[in-house]
Amino acid sequence: MENNKLLEVKNLKKYFNLRSGFLFQKFTGSVKAVDDISFFIKRGETFGLVGETGCGKTTVAKVILRLVPQTSGEATYNGVNLFKLNSKEMFKIRREIQVIFQDPYASLSPRMTVGDIINEPFEIHKIGDKRKRIKKVKELLRVVGLNPEHIHRYPHEFSGGQRQRVGVARALALTPKLLLCDEPVSALDVSVQAQILNLLTDLQKEFNLTYLFIAHDLSVVKHVSDRIGVMYLGKMVEVAKSEDLYKTPLHPYTMGLLSAIPIPDPELERKRKRIVLEGDVPSPINPPSGCSFHTRCPNAQDICSMEEPELRDYSKNGNEHLAACFFAGKPIV
Amino acid sequence: MATIKELEALEEIETGKKYSRTSLYKDAWKRLRKNKLAMLGLLIVILLILIAIFASLISPYNPIERIKEDSSLGPSIKHFFGTDLLGRDIFSRVIYGSRVSIEVGVIAVGISVVIGLFFGALSGYFGGLSDAVIMRVADIFFAFPYILGAIAIMTILGPGIVNIFIAIGILGWASIARIFRSSILTIKNKEYIEAARAMGASNNRIIMKHIFPNSFAPIIVYATMNVGTAIIVEAALSFLGIGVQPPTPAWGKMLADSMSYIDVAPWMMFFPGLAILITVLGFVLLGDGLRDAFDPKLK
Amino acid sequence: MTETENNKILEVKNLSTYFYTDDGVVKAVDDVSFDLKKGETLGIVGETGCGKSVTALSILRLIPQPLGRIVAGEIIFEGRDLLKLGQKDLQNLRGNKISMIFQDPMTSLNPVYTVGNQVMESLIVHRKLKKDEARREGLKLLEMVGIPEFKRRFNNYPHEFSGGMRQRVMIAMAIANSPSILIADEPTTALDVTVQAQILELMDELKYKTNSSIIIITHDLGVVAKYANRVMVMYAGKPVEFSSVDNIFYKPAHPYTIGLMKSVTRLDEEKRGKLKPIEGLPPSLIDLPKFCIFRARCKYACDECKGEYPPLKEIEKDHFVSCYRGKEFMEGIIERFDN
Repeated sequence: MENNKLLEVKNLKKYFNLRSGFLFQKFTGSVKAVDDISFFIKRGETFGLVGETGCGKTTVAKVILRLVPQTSGEATYNGVNLFKLNSKEMFKIRREIQVIFQDPYASLSPRMTVGDIINEPFEIHKIGDKRKRIKKVKELLRVVGLNPEHIHRYPHEFSGGQRQRVGVARALALTPKLLLCDEPVSALDVSVQAQILNLLTDLQKEFNLTYLFIAHDLSVVKHVSDRIGVMYLGKMVEVAKSEDLYKTPLHPYTMGLLSAIPIPDPELERKRKRIVLEGDVPSPINPPSGCSFHTRCPNAQDICSMEEPELRDYSKNGNEHLAACFFAGKPIV
Repeated sequence: MATIKELEALEEIETGKKYSRTSLYKDAWKRLRKNKLAMLGLLIVILLILIAIFASLISPYNPIERIKEDSSLGPSIKHFFGTDLLGRDIFSRVIYGSRVSIEVGVIAVGISVVIGLFFGALSGYFGGLSDAVIMRVADIFFAFPYILGAIAIMTILGPGIVNIFIAIGILGWASIARIFRSSILTIKNKEYIEAARAMGASNNRIIMKHIFPNSFAPIIVYATMNVGTAIIVEAALSFLGIGVQPPTPAWGKMLADSMSYIDVAPWMMFFPGLAILITVLGFVLLGDGLRDAFDPKLK
Repeated sequence: MTETENNKILEVKNLSTYFYTDDGVVKAVDDVSFDLKKGETLGIVGETGCGKSVTALSILRLIPQPLGRIVAGEIIFEGRDLLKLGQKDLQNLRGNKISMIFQDPMTSLNPVYTVGNQVMESLIVHRKLKKDEARREGLKLLEMVGIPEFKRRFNNYPHEFSGGMRQRVMIAMAIANSPSILIADEPTTALDVTVQAQILELMDELKYKTNSSIIIITHDLGVVAKYANRVMVMYAGKPVEFSSVDNIFYKPAHPYTIGLMKSVTRLDEEKRGKLKPIEGLPPSLIDLPKFCIFRARCKYACDECKGEYPPLKEIEKDHFVSCYRGKEFMEGIIERFDN
């Protein structure tokens, strides 16, 4: 069982300290971007992480990759805590954990050819000789559905979807085991989005990949994920299997999120009752007391503003179904 | 670093096929070519460089040779730009004078670019205390009038062309550093930098392979424009007598020497003045054009 | 949806808007015709670069100059052709009878004036209200669009508002003069999902309250399904299908519309099947083919499709499609939802 988990994140916290002043800086508060988050990803599965802007989902990926230092907590990959590794050990393990970014325009250097971009991981990790590398690069282009002849083109000569394919090829270069996908399709058009999602699904089968799929679009996340974690203001509010989350959401935020997404079916939409959550997401600098969702929650009671609910298992069918709510499962009227 | 370009070349030789390449620089060149003023600037700069290189072939006289019987002559077929008090051919002196200007332009600006890039990278990429200190020092340089600073340094170092390089080089770094820093700051948070870091790329590699090529354009633009400024400062220093020393012909010095005779022999002043004007104009036009070519949105 | 009265409030005929760039003429909108009925919500859907936004901007003649130009067409509103109006008449119309909501609420408010000031401005300009009247009206509007503590917020600056709240202010400004037509260009794309729902609900509610018509431009098929009465699907600057929302979703007759439906991830899908994206890319708008613009990506293309571009044809009542095989698609002779 334990062995089954490729990545396990425990009590991860990332606070960004706000400072003001020059040279002698003053600590003026902190943003709790990620506040005590735990989850795990099993080998070969896709774990989806959803939430709105500023909920901290991207920060989770950055901390796991050690692009920003964690405040506390651990991330265990394949039995080793990533945060305890020295830079040499981390360098080695980077080959196995790769990332795909949101913006296909910002994630590729405009001054490098597509070939150079995909070749870079080989250079950094000193893999193969020149001839082998060029062969690999071309093969990767083919794998992601691009013409290997286009190896010498620059990113600006490609469309958004094709650029995203280049990003995928670069991530695959080092034959990673875990792929962190940070909003990989949200900048793309619907039909292109479908192409990339299909590509990711195919690659997962072909290379036996494990995905952490981060996105704000719940319908996309539901399509690709086996299990989903819902984040709100730096906290995990619900974790469940995809179908369970959609059919029996327990947390009122998840209910609101699901209800907010219109389904492309006019008949169904006319019948569907919509729960519209009031207000905006509060600032993470000064999050509400108790349950951070209580300011927008239609079910909120006195206790919600005083105590913070724990993430507890409410499973009915044997599949773990976690929710952090005192009134988990209570329908919103 | 083995780049794909090398590999490509290898393959081209082996298989005999050719790849077509387009790059942002090519695009910029396309845009630059359409800009008539910029092309005029480029033409001036190229002509100037050619003149400086082949000065000895073009100039009809030795610029320091005094022809006693020809002193203070106006422009004529024999002496296109006339002669000065000592009987030296002004045309030849103007031509040789381009050497000083170009040298100052290229070497002094080169020095300031090197210093500027180093400190700019330090402050932009690593930030923190080094950023605060470097940028405050840069502020001090900015607050100080350029010419005054140059005069101050020259009085310490003493006159001479090498010292001009040093003075102008030191004074020019701050603007380059600032530009490099700000472009690093915008590029630093781009996702492709994060992608490189996620792959395990070292700081050195990130600066050299990712940040530098992507922030090169504004530096080229500023360096080109700085060349114009450097030439003016050199002329001013020579004019004040603390720059290039006689008998080496320098446009600023020629201006200074002829100032007292402006009403009787205006040509002595007119031609070196015109040379300075055209040269600076050339660099500024080119710099302007480059800026528009690299970033058409800036217009 | 009352089909009995045929009261068209706006009629766009053969509109073409081109952009003259260094690389050539971009036919952003090419021969687009549609109409808007009183009280309805018309959805214009399509992907990036399909010309849906340019169509909207053309109605108010807000095409960026000097690159863009409306080269042909008529836009009939209240018996007048908007393309023939003088500057003054046009300004009287904008923000008054026809108003617009833009995608980015962060940049469409002026940061140096208070929100109240900006809401009042349009009231003063168009309705010639006095300052204190405008203030009273402005407060009412902010209340109407659901700004909490609107009296205090009236004197706030845009940066003190969240994205959703700013979009509410934009809506307040847009409905200030009870326009007959509200054009919303991707009004919720920049917003979070839960806020998106709030804004769309608000717009729908206000439509009934003010008895106006809405043109909503979006790439989100879900939004169209929920709020639109009729839908125009655009591809590469041309309308490819135009009909009631039910026809578009249940009897699509253009292979592009069908492709879009099959590409989209649905929250309610039963099992995780594979999506069926449209292969290939849209054509360059600079040299569009003479034949059907979708032919290159269409697997049902036949000999007839090699001929001229298929004109928009009415294949059943109020169901227009520009495809030679449209009828076959609609009647299900060509299997729509299966390959």
